[in-house]
Amino acid sequence: MEERHEDALNRLTNIAEKFYEQLDGGEIPNMEVPTRSKSNIELDRREGVWKLGSSTTNRSAKKLKSARMLLRTLYMLELIQDMIGEDKSSTLREMYYISEGWDKAKFNKQSESDSLAEDMELITGCLREDFKLRPEEDGARIIGDITVEEVNRKGDVRKINCRDDVGDSGYTIPYNVESDKVNFTDTNVDFMIAIETGGMFDRLVENGFDEEANALLIHLKGQPARATRRVIKRLSEEEDIPVVVFTDADPWSFRIFASVAYGAINTAYLSDFLATPTAEYVGITASDIMTYDLPTDNLSENDRKALEQELEDPRFDTDFWKEEIETMLDIDKKAEQQALAKYGLDYVTETYLPEKLGQIGLM
Amino acid sequence: MASIAEELADKQQEISVGEFFERNKHILGFDSLTKALVTTVKEGVDNSLDACEEASILPEIKIEIKEVDEKEYRVAVEDNGPGIVKRKIPEVFGKLLYGSRFHEISQSRGQQGIGVSAVVMYGQLTTGRATTVRSMVKEKDYATEMDIILDTKKNEPDVQNEEVVLWEDKEHGTRFETTVKGLLRRGKHSVFEYLKNTAIVNPHARIVYKRNGDETIFKRATDQLPEETEAVLPHLKGIELGTLSKMAKSSDRRTLKSFLKHEFSRISYSKAEEICKKAEIEEKTNPGDLEVEDCKKVLNAAGEVKLMSPKTDCLAPIRSMLIKKGLKNVLKGDHPEYYAPPTTREPEVYSGNPFQVEVGLVYGGDLPKDSPVRVLRFANRVPLLYRKGGCATTTAIKNIDWRIYGLDQRGGKGMPSGPAVILIHVASTRVPFTSEAKEAIADIPTVIDEIERGLRDCARNLRTHLNKEKKRKKVKKKFTVVNDILPMIAKKSADLLGKEPPELDASMTKIMGVVYIEKEYSWNDGRCGVKIDIMNYTPKKRELNVFFEKPYPETELLSSDPTPEHDGDHLEWKLKNLESSETTVINLEFDGGLEKEDLDGTDVYIEGVGETNLIGAEPLPDDWDIELAEIEEVN
Repeated sequence: MEERHEDALNRLTNIAEKFYEQLDGGEIPNMEVPTRSKSNIELDRREGVWKLGSSTTNRSAKKLKSARMLLRTLYMLELIQDMIGEDKSSTLREMYYISEGWDKAKFNKQSESDSLAEDMELITGCLREDFKLRPEEDGARIIGDITVEEVNRKGDVRKINCRDDVGDSGYTIPYNVESDKVNFTDTNVDFMIAIETGGMFDRLVENGFDEEANALLIHLKGQPARATRRVIKRLSEEEDIPVVVFTDADPWSFRIFASVAYGAINTAYLSDFLATPTAEYVGITASDIMTYDLPTDNLSENDRKALEQELEDPRFDTDFWKEEIETMLDIDKKAEQQALAKYGLDYVTETYLPEKLGQIGLM
Repeated sequence: MASIAEELADKQQEISVGEFFERNKHILGFDSLTKALVTTVKEGVDNSLDACEEASILPEIKIEIKEVDEKEYRVAVEDNGPGIVKRKIPEVFGKLLYGSRFHEISQSRGQQGIGVSAVVMYGQLTTGRATTVRSMVKEKDYATEMDIILDTKKNEPDVQNEEVVLWEDKEHGTRFETTVKGLLRRGKHSVFEYLKNTAIVNPHARIVYKRNGDETIFKRATDQLPEETEAVLPHLKGIELGTLSKMAKSSDRRTLKSFLKHEFSRISYSKAEEICKKAEIEEKTNPGDLEVEDCKKVLNAAGEVKLMSPKTDCLAPIRSMLIKKGLKNVLKGDHPEYYAPPTTREPEVYSGNPFQVEVGLVYGGDLPKDSPVRVLRFANRVPLLYRKGGCATTTAIKNIDWRIYGLDQRGGKGMPSGPAVILIHVASTRVPFTSEAKEAIADIPTVIDEIERGLRDCARNLRTHLNKEKKRKKVKKKFTVVNDILPMIAKKSADLLGKEPPELDASMTKIMGVVYIEKEYSWNDGRCGVKIDIMNYTPKKRELNVFFEKPYPETELLSSDPTPEHDGDHLEWKLKNLESSETTVINLEFDGGLEKEDLDGTDVYIEGVGETNLIGAEPLPDDWDIELAEIEEVN
């Protein structure tokens, strides 16, 4: 058994022990869980990321809902114990289905079981990888002149250059990107550009933007997986590579940027680990829509609501974002990255990105 | 009973006429085809109910509606009333504004309609057909049947085909069959709805409704006839000028003074003199000589004189028990979870007229949750189906902030919504209708006020019920925790640690924190068993005094295990040491004749644990001691 798993097991067993002792002492079983909500995230000024605040929620068996959560915690704990013992792992979705057999402890929705897994990371200070849990999807793709060393299933270390040793779809980031699995050796890029959509990623690949701009292209696949954010963070810190984020111009894309740069509310306790506060937003901004006269769609009711919420979101509490969000509400329009094709397929790599990256001194 | 029909006949006297009504169908309730059908049935049923009650007969009313042509229906209403003597039949059915109750003041249904003759007229105007009436009085062993048409010019009946017939399986009663233009619809303003609502407030009636082959029977819920209403003289302070003038004209009294003394309530000779003096009219004036102007003076004078309020004991409310029975009888299909004890307010007076308000409220079950609360409005036991918006009942409902009582209401204004039915009954010798159509009760402040008080009485009970329900649900959840979840937590954590499951009692009682009482009834050979479980789900040992009120003082206790400390109107046990998580059981047996209804109102009272920690029983009320002391003195 690996040390990290053994450690996780010990910490989990502590939870069971606590419940047992509470019952044995005639107390009502309960546990203190840090609150994961917008009201309980605060800016860590030193790190520049958003972290969980100090408020906690008491989950006590006095209430039916919480009692059920405590029971679920024990069932999940047992599952993890079994997986570590048998050296198996399961996806979060699989775990949700396994819970179907948990009698009164079964979940009603996968979001409930995902959330409890996050709680357990939070309580034990472990990562879900330590619990042998992984997400459905792997991380995203990258293309560019860096070389990674990955330990494959046989335990051998493979060196892969992410420009020369991969096909057009690039190197796929595995779900575990910790140093026991993945390391970076040669990195010959000036910056990395994280791209929201697959279409734009492929456009930049086809136009040879990685070589032309000496950039590492990263496909975010919408709201980025933890592994993707972790790779960005590691490359930024370990290899000192600047990060820019390139998304659509709509409220949801702004949130993608925020989660890369400052962390997400749900995983604020992992911000240290996942957020890259030096990341910069390259576009498409609301002002770009006007400057470049891009084809647009109207904002929906939900879009407007999302923007209003973002005005309240501490992560967007900067002059730049306030202005961009208000501009978008003003013009009542949004645009996709692909809208740049209005001016031809090469426009994005020959004009738009050089101009925008030039403004921040990367090109 | 021999003379009842005769007696009614004697009272029937001629009143003013009108071809006028032919042109004013809307006042008579024939302004739409759907409504025409409802009015046709209503006039018949109201008459039948009034007649049965006056003769102390439990009403048995049959309504048949058959479509005979497009928008043309044959309607029959049959009752088991005292019947009408032959010579009076044409006048009752063939003469407008002819009735026994016009000058008399009493709480009757009849005051709300124009009379069944309007139906006869409507039928003949719309279909050209005569109305067939059959009636039999108890003294005769045959019935009289005749076809009647109303001469609208002369307001005189025109009788055709009079014959004598045998009426099998019938001792007495009246039936009429008429053909009218109409439209048989479902919904809020349907014949069905009218009859259903009639059944609610007339639980002593059995109503059979047949239409186009379907049959609905509203069963009788009680054999108890409504209390008899007393006819009273009008009160001078509530009377209209027209009525006063009419009364004066037709009075047999020779002087104004004696007219006032004898034809109005609460007027003595000295008061009559005072009124004449104030009105500046000679007290010896013949009432027949009074001009309208003089009558006005009399009314004004009466306003300045102090008069005793009218008698109020002439009203016959439905009363709580029967309202509940009526509601249950008709609404049981919706399985309501709660019937608030119906309220009968004390009689009150509005401008000289006694009136009395009753309110009932039903909640929950399958009643629709998201729609506005259903309101059943009644005046003198007659359903009001139209003009809800302009009715004092609606005003009173809207005056209340229902949110504090557990119903939804946007902004605390307007009609509340939720799974509830509200019943409002206004009984009066003269119901204050908004118009001649008599479809809504006028917004008179004292009336609204009374309705509002009645509503609040019921609403408070609803709130108490909902709070109890909430508490019960919370405790039920806790039961799930301690019975299902907690043992699983114990077992799982023990398994994970390889230990024996821990003892749970202490944690369980801490989670529950209540003394829980459960009552269970059983019936065996007419004996009623009551089992009371008392569970101490608190962490402490308890000393509890348990009280059980007998449903009725005369109820005989056959056995009790354990033996009570005290046996009287209530039973009392002292539980010295009820350990934490221990349960004790009291088994009682009462003498026969008790029904679930009788027991539903009884409560278990507990002394020795606070109200918040007590479920399924009531804390001992503050005034209990007083009662207790008296009983102990007797012992």
